[in-house]
Amino acid sequence: MNDMSLVERRLVQDEIKITARDVQVFYGEKHAIKDVNVDILDKTVTAFIGPSGCGKSTFLRCINRMNDTIDICRVEGRIALDGEDIYDRRVDPVQLRAKVGMVFQKPNPFPKSIYDNVAYGPRIHGLARGRAELDEIVEKSLRGAALWNEVKDRLQEPGTGLSGGQQQRLCIARAVATAPEVLLMDEPCSALDPIATSQVEELIDQLRQEFSVVIVTHSMQQAARVSQKTAFFHLGNLVEYGETDDIFTNPQDPRTESYISGRIG
Amino acid sequence: MPVFWIVLIVLALAAAGYVLGQSRALTQVDGDARKLHSRPGYYGWNVAFSTALPALVLMVIWLFLQPAIIGNSVSSTISDDAIPEGQTRGIVLSEAAQIADKLSSAVSQGVLSRPEMMALRVDDADGMGRLKDAGLAVLTRPPVLGAAQQYLGMQRMGSIWLGILSLALAGTGFAWALMRTKPDFRARNVVERVMRGMLIACSSIAIATTLGIVLSLVFESIHFFRLYQWQHFFFGTEWTPSFGGGSKLGMLPLLWGTLYISVIALLFAVPIGLFAAIYMSEYASPRVRSVVKPAIEILAGIPTIVYGLFALVTVGPMIRDWIASPLGLGNSGSSVMTAGLVMGVMLVPFVSSLSDDIINAVPQSLRDGSLGLGSTRSETIRQVVLPAALPGIVGAVLLAASRAIGETMIVVLGAGAMAQISGNPFEAMTTITVKIVGQLTGDNDFASPETLVAFALGLTLFVLTLGLNIFALYIVRKYREQYE
Ligand SMILES: Nc1ncnc2c1ncn2[C@@H]1O[C@H](COP(=O)(O)OP(=O)(O)OP(=O)(O)O)[C@@H](O)[C@H]1O
Ligand SMILES: [Mg+2]
Repeated sequence: MNDMSLVERRLVQDEIKITARDVQVFYGEKHAIKDVNVDILDKTVTAFIGPSGCGKSTFLRCINRMNDTIDICRVEGRIALDGEDIYDRRVDPVQLRAKVGMVFQKPNPFPKSIYDNVAYGPRIHGLARGRAELDEIVEKSLRGAALWNEVKDRLQEPGTGLSGGQQQRLCIARAVATAPEVLLMDEPCSALDPIATSQVEELIDQLRQEFSVVIVTHSMQQAARVSQKTAFFHLGNLVEYGETDDIFTNPQDPRTESYISGRIG
Repeated sequence: MPVFWIVLIVLALAAAGYVLGQSRALTQVDGDARKLHSRPGYYGWNVAFSTALPALVLMVIWLFLQPAIIGNSVSSTISDDAIPEGQTRGIVLSEAAQIADKLSSAVSQGVLSRPEMMALRVDDADGMGRLKDAGLAVLTRPPVLGAAQQYLGMQRMGSIWLGILSLALAGTGFAWALMRTKPDFRARNVVERVMRGMLIACSSIAIATTLGIVLSLVFESIHFFRLYQWQHFFFGTEWTPSFGGGSKLGMLPLLWGTLYISVIALLFAVPIGLFAAIYMSEYASPRVRSVVKPAIEILAGIPTIVYGLFALVTVGPMIRDWIASPLGLGNSGSSVMTAGLVMGVMLVPFVSSLSDDIINAVPQSLRDGSLGLGSTRSETIRQVVLPAALPGIVGAVLLAASRAIGETMIVVLGAGAMAQISGNPFEAMTTITVKIVGQLTGDNDFASPETLVAFALGLTLFVLTLGLNIFALYIVRKYREQYE
């Protein structure tokens, strides 16, 4: 009871978007996420960092229930979006994923035209009335993903024909076009060159105006540049979570310290 | 000397060559293998190949040519008046060959000695009697018996010479290769060249066979078109062959039947196969899939004649009694519909199995991407997975189509043998394949258009399915490139 009111109050104060309590994830027998508690704020960029295999992607995928698609995966605990348990029986994961969009590590454009790739979400969710409005959404999303100038003359060409970095920005545009409330990005820049990376980082900063963004990254510099909050995962545990500046300048946990100074990873 | 023994001796010599070549190479460098150009084994292989290959190649060519050469020279000894009225030289020759068979088994069973056999006469009561007692009775005329004896004599000579020549060749190769075995002899290069040659030869055999089939089809078809006008064949709408003459050999009714039945089969097989594939790859749990997939694939293992029986005995009467007759659309037990449906069942595993593989090859990341945007599973399948797999699925369908076009048994038993062009699917019709069989069963006279038309039909069919296959492979390959 006390707990509940605490959560309520913080929700008002800090506009908490996502609350995770005692989250456990199992792949079959393997315990991949252990006792994770975290509050992700609205209109904030939160970075997940940690060595490979520590469960960043796994936890990210819990937030939009993408883990449902993996047969052997089991999630326990409570994850709430705007105070509503997303693992509740009344919640349709399909609707949830429209609100919590996702950009994957590897670019995965559909074998369709660039235009249709971006228009995919809006069409499915009926976000546009008429062609003109759809055109507008597509253009806005592509501009947002810093791709418009490169593709505006070839919108009808297949999205798979773009370069790797362009494909990734296309996937970002695709996710943005669906107008999510939360955008989950799993290492979105791992296939990008420095110029495209900085464009995407700029984009992430803009997206913060409207969404809550969670980004998994292996680059400390990137986490420091784009995020306001940082969470450090290690071997399935959330070791430390706080203001990005604090984490990088004044880590509390020795594991965090050795990771960001490059001693474990 | 039987060929078997010659082969064995040659191989034994080659094996000895391997050992000798290797040890000779080693002794020349006092056992220090690193002073040799190639590893010692290659010197051994070089000797073995030089021994065996020329001899074996000679044997193959010899055995290939011998029957024709013997046949020709025997034929030239049969005078024209030894050929009875109403028979051809070919018939007399094949009679002689049959008698030769009997005589040689008589010799090998000890009924007659070889000189006795060669001296046998038609009026030799004792010899003929012994043959008869052994169950090898020979009833023939003197010239034929003479030809048979000549046949056997030449065969014997042939195999003696073959033995001598191939053993001589093997020995020469053996000696020559051993002499060439020197430390700086590039044995590995030689052996690898020979190996490559053998690999090429093997792959050429498949191509050569195909080419041979096509050429024989083309030549016989040319014969046919000399006897029968091509316009009438390709554009004729009547198929009424009669060996007495005055046949109409228009292929359109057959082509119509072929395409009609294939289309019905595909209309049945493609949706069912595709939906089965979607179920297996997208919805079924791995356990269900591991049962369902092989179960469907069992259908592909059923011989088509069994499907034919099913069409004849079950499906045909059922369609007639329940659909065709009540609707007044005909009362034939065999119909296009019967053959089409049963063939469709046969094709389901083709479509489903190939499509399943292709759908599975669509990367999971595409599904994740679509699901991650909040689309449902069925939206994902319809809008992302199927479009991505489409070229491959089209390829699968085309392969199924070329199977349908080439199918014979189901059509004979399911659709009958009546050549006609009709839109009513409950009537009996027939296909190109059935008529090819029809024209070639029974006594054949390879000079009449009624027989030769089978080759023209075969060529048409070949071109049709080849075109489909090439198109299908082209599409499938294009699809593969997309994700690799
Ligand atoms: N589909 C799966 N089936 C079984 N185990 C899995 C699966 N996906 C992940 N795991 C396991 O869960 C653990 C966490 O994996 P996860 O992908 O979340 O790591 P990560 O932090 O994202 O690593 P990286 O930085 O390399 O992407 C790993 O030990 C991994 O082996
Ligand atoms: Mg990951």
